[in-house]
Amino acid sequence: MTIEVRNIAKHFGSFCAVDNVSFNVEEGELVALLGPSGSGKSTILRIIAGLETPDRGEVFITGRNVTELTAQQRKVGFVFQHYALFKHMTVAKNIAFGLEIQKRPRQEIAAKVDELINLVKLQGYEKHYPSQLSGGQRQRVALARTIATEPAVLLLDEPFGALDMKVRQNLAAWLKELHDKLHITSVFVTHDQSEAIEISDKIVIINRGRVEQMGNAHDVYEHPGSKFVASFIGQVNVIDASILNNRIMIKDTRHSIDNISDIPNGNDIVLLIRPEDITLEEKSGERCLPCVIKQIHYRGSFYELDLDIGGFIIKALENKNSFKREQWKQNQQAFMHVKHYKVFETEEGHNIIREQLRQLGYIE
Amino acid sequence: MKTNNPGRLVLITLVVGWFAVLILLPVYGIVQETVKSGLSLVVSSLSTPHARHAFLLTFWITLAAVIINTVFGIIIALVLVKQEFRGKLLIEGLLDLPFAVSPIVAGFMFIILFGPNGLIGSWFEGQGIKIIYALPGMIIATLFVTLPFVAREVMPVLREAGLEQEEAAYVLGASPWQAFWRVTLPSVKWGLIYGVTLTVARSIGEFGAVIVVSGNIINRTQTATLHIHQGFTDFNYAAAYSAALLLAILSFTLLITMQTLNRRTNES
Repeated sequence: MTIEVRNIAKHFGSFCAVDNVSFNVEEGELVALLGPSGSGKSTILRIIAGLETPDRGEVFITGRNVTELTAQQRKVGFVFQHYALFKHMTVAKNIAFGLEIQKRPRQEIAAKVDELINLVKLQGYEKHYPSQLSGGQRQRVALARTIATEPAVLLLDEPFGALDMKVRQNLAAWLKELHDKLHITSVFVTHDQSEAIEISDKIVIINRGRVEQMGNAHDVYEHPGSKFVASFIGQVNVIDASILNNRIMIKDTRHSIDNISDIPNGNDIVLLIRPEDITLEEKSGERCLPCVIKQIHYRGSFYELDLDIGGFIIKALENKNSFKREQWKQNQQAFMHVKHYKVFETEEGHNIIREQLRQLGYIE
Repeated sequence: MKTNNPGRLVLITLVVGWFAVLILLPVYGIVQETVKSGLSLVVSSLSTPHARHAFLLTFWITLAAVIINTVFGIIIALVLVKQEFRGKLLIEGLLDLPFAVSPIVAGFMFIILFGPNGLIGSWFEGQGIKIIYALPGMIIATLFVTLPFVAREVMPVLREAGLEQEEAAYVLGASPWQAFWRVTLPSVKWGLIYGVTLTVARSIGEFGAVIVVSGNIINRTQTATLHIHQGFTDFNYAAAYSAALLLAILSFTLLITMQTLNRRTNES
């Protein structure tokens, strides 16, 4: 069972929700569509399910063109963000719904419902109504209801978006487990990059209705293909700079760092540094920039540092065990050692990039 | 909120008193009057051919109005909630017109339209079908005054239920028809039951519009309410009181049954 999305586009009035999107999902893969809200990722999922009609483009499921088929005919499993359980039916009836529509024999339905109740660990809740369940339980019922009919592919629209942190992590891990067990080709939509990194085999990053980058979690995190991807996947510091004498000069300072790119002298760039790639040093060295410690926040398992470099405040994360808290104080001069960083050329100039990132909500 | 202040007691007394004056006392009055005339007189005045015909006619008109307006009420609610089209706001506004227009005015509108010389009535007259001063006209008048109930009660429930449950039904393989019967309709069940109850109560009790279009012909176009009215004008108070009591009992039973059912499902 594979999914192929080919050049799909969708407008809502004059708003372009999906703009020429193509990607493949291989047999048994668990793929995350990751992007900020309003990026069009849910619309793409709904187009695959047949709940929205694309203006252009085609959808193939297992090689078959399903673009013209209704949702009813596509036989995909779809899990909604707000569960969409049938409120007037019990848990058991909800799970049995798809099987009853298929007019399966009564005993078979009963056996299947039992099996699924066990699978989603809701024994004893068969006769409960959705309103009597917690959010996590409801979403498990929704999952059971969806896989009851053994759909060819499973589509999940922000399946854990309405749940609180802890339930969400448990359920995400459980979904991964379930996927490994059933091996059903799945696509899930999320705006939570840690969720995407944690459970997916492949991440498709969506921004403004387009595919920004595709790849496994490690690839998109370590080798972001665009400023957007770099800033969206994980936390990142965005610093204005330019190339001078084959070095990266931080804007409005005399501080510089090795140019790891082949961007020529004189060009404006932005420097992207992940907070966890910075370590604080007392002495300067290779790939070090002088800075002033502005704040040290205790965050439980780690410390979050605000470092000032030429007026830019840069976030750094230090592990609780390796960071020597007593060694540092506010307004102390120090050096930040940068293990990894990324450089992007900014033909449009710094302000435009900053404005874009601000609109997307990645920087303040 | 604090619970034991004198203001609270005053408010409760006010509400109970208001109910007593406006609802309980009149009911007591009817019961009192009927009891005074004696149970046998009640039974005999309710079993006259006129009375029986009147109640039977009310029953048929109510049945017709309920069936037609339930079907149309659901369709109207579905269209107004789920579809976007030009003039939707206008239609939604017009839906409340029967609440605003006096039933007598409505009755006259139908006479003008469906009367023997009316725009539509003259054509039917040519086919030998009488609408005004006959059953069809009375049903139409009742349909008009009860039009908004089902639609108005179903619409908010439908809006609240949203689209997702139906979408879930579709992706699980249900046809639009199956989704409607198994998901949409059950999810608006209580709104629908409430709307139907109000339709029944109003159909049974409708007087103004019906008296205008019916011509109030005894044994032919006289409904229960018209029969009560007739009793008054003929000084046949026993007939009027007993019929009024029976109508009141019917309405109360209807309301109480619905309330109990509603409470029971809410608790489960």
